[in-house]
Amino acid sequence: MTRTLVLVAALMAMLTATPASAERIVSSLTTHQVFVTSNFVGLDLVLFGSVERDPADPPRNGPYDLVVTVTGPKESLVTRRKQRVLGVWVNVESRDFIGVPSYLAVMSTRPFDAFAGQDLRRGLQLGLERTVLTQRIGADFADVVRDDPFRKAFLRLKEQRKLYVENTSGVTFLTPTLFRTTLPLPATVPIGTYDVDLKLFADGKLVGRSSSAFEVAKVGFEQFVVTSAQSHGIWYGLATLSFALLTGWGASIVFRRD
Amino acid sequence: MEIYLPIADLPVNVFLILGMGLAVGFISGMFGVGGGFLMTPLLIFIGISPAVSVATVTSHMAASSFSGALSYWRRRAIDFSLALVLLVGGVGGTVLGVWLFALLRRIGQLDITIGLSYVVLLCAVGALMVWESVHAILRKRAGHVAPLRRPGSHNWIHGLPLKLRFKQSRLYISAIPVFAIGVFIGFIGAILGVGGGFLLVPMLIYLLRVPTSVVIGTSMVLTLMTMAAATVLHAATNHLVDIVLALLLMVGGVVGAQFGARAGQKLAAERLRLLLGLLVVAVGLRFAFDLVWTPTELYSIRAMEDGP
Repeated sequence: MTRTLVLVAALMAMLTATPASAERIVSSLTTHQVFVTSNFVGLDLVLFGSVERDPADPPRNGPYDLVVTVTGPKESLVTRRKQRVLGVWVNVESRDFIGVPSYLAVMSTRPFDAFAGQDLRRGLQLGLERTVLTQRIGADFADVVRDDPFRKAFLRLKEQRKLYVENTSGVTFLTPTLFRTTLPLPATVPIGTYDVDLKLFADGKLVGRSSSAFEVAKVGFEQFVVTSAQSHGIWYGLATLSFALLTGWGASIVFRRD
Repeated sequence: MEIYLPIADLPVNVFLILGMGLAVGFISGMFGVGGGFLMTPLLIFIGISPAVSVATVTSHMAASSFSGALSYWRRRAIDFSLALVLLVGGVGGTVLGVWLFALLRRIGQLDITIGLSYVVLLCAVGALMVWESVHAILRKRAGHVAPLRRPGSHNWIHGLPLKLRFKQSRLYISAIPVFAIGVFIGFIGAILGVGGGFLLVPMLIYLLRVPTSVVIGTSMVLTLMTMAAATVLHAATNHLVDIVLALLLMVGGVVGAQFGARAGQKLAAERLRLLLGLLVVAVGLRFAFDLVWTPTELYSIRAMEDGP
């Protein structure tokens, strides 16, 4: 398993080294900082940009294809499976997913097999199906086969929560070189730095790559609450308790009849 | 109207949370139970993580039990010395429960223990209450005046040493069974993450023969003290108490508890016991259904946590 991973890494390094006469991608997001405030219910981020090409180079045969991958901060999750034991459903087996993206969006112009060969799809981890999700299996850390039931369940549950998104028609080219895509961030989006990776394909090859990032952060009151809860736990608890006693006392005064 | 919860990390509808607080507060005021066994599953159902739910519900229970306890105190329907002995036992039971909790967690059998304990406890206690109260109602309808506490009909509990006088409850009994009930409630509370009011109320009524009117106020004082301690402990150790969610639940909860307490005083004692019994059985059956029915999704994902 470790050998496969090394191989994959080497392949990736080879493929990611962009060719000399490559296209340049210029892109921008509507905002590079998403603030989670008290009325935050999720957000659609718009990414737009254009492909620039040296006019001296020979023209490409086909159209451009673009894959936009957004990776949120890493997290570790445990996936459990229920099984019937003596008539009741109990969590029996479980797998730990270590350092997997908390949020993952993959947007492309067309289905991946329409513009990239199998090796390219695997090497660049195009799509949720081909994204490496490291599991802890005994003492080993490795990804498993694609149709592993735990892996499939993990992806399914993440997609249900709208934290993993794949849309193979999510990127549109408005002109042959001008593109646009929408990145849906649900309300439960985790706090942290999000990497945006753009891969440009033409003639069955990777011809350009660029990356940027954006930040999801809590500000103002929300940030204050989180900091207080984390670093002044006892005082935070006492404050909550005094609120509880105050509201309890207040209600008994307001509703007092005797 | 949606509001974002800073610790639970998701937006919720303000009126939904206020309504849930109101409904559970009403029940808790009426029966003198904390309502944790209702509120925690409700919060988990709307998508809040179990850890945040358990930690935050403690402050909601502190608020509604304080509000309820104040109105019972004005009616002089609280036995403080009884509450004190129960509390001393409760502390011991909690320590024991936390120890078993850690042990079960280590051997990986915590979830099933909690699930089965809920089913067994809720169904058994609820069924007993329903059975007893239906009998009481039928007896009354038939014209018999049969008070729950028959003078002179002492059982073995009344023969134990270390007798104490609990004035408000008009009881002169040994401190040992009171202490033991406290230990049991603390133990169950620590394992199941509930205040234990739904167990305490029937135990005080049936085992110690405390008058129903005093039981509810006394149970509220005990719930208030344990939940106040739990709020601070959860905030200090797990940092998972969501103050925004807590405030919303409290405001609904205290108002509900006031109306509930008033409704509870109006109802006949045996009817009150019948209603609480039916409620407890219903929640127990709900848990049983979850354990036995084939779930639509066999898998679940949860953040890895190494702490308790």
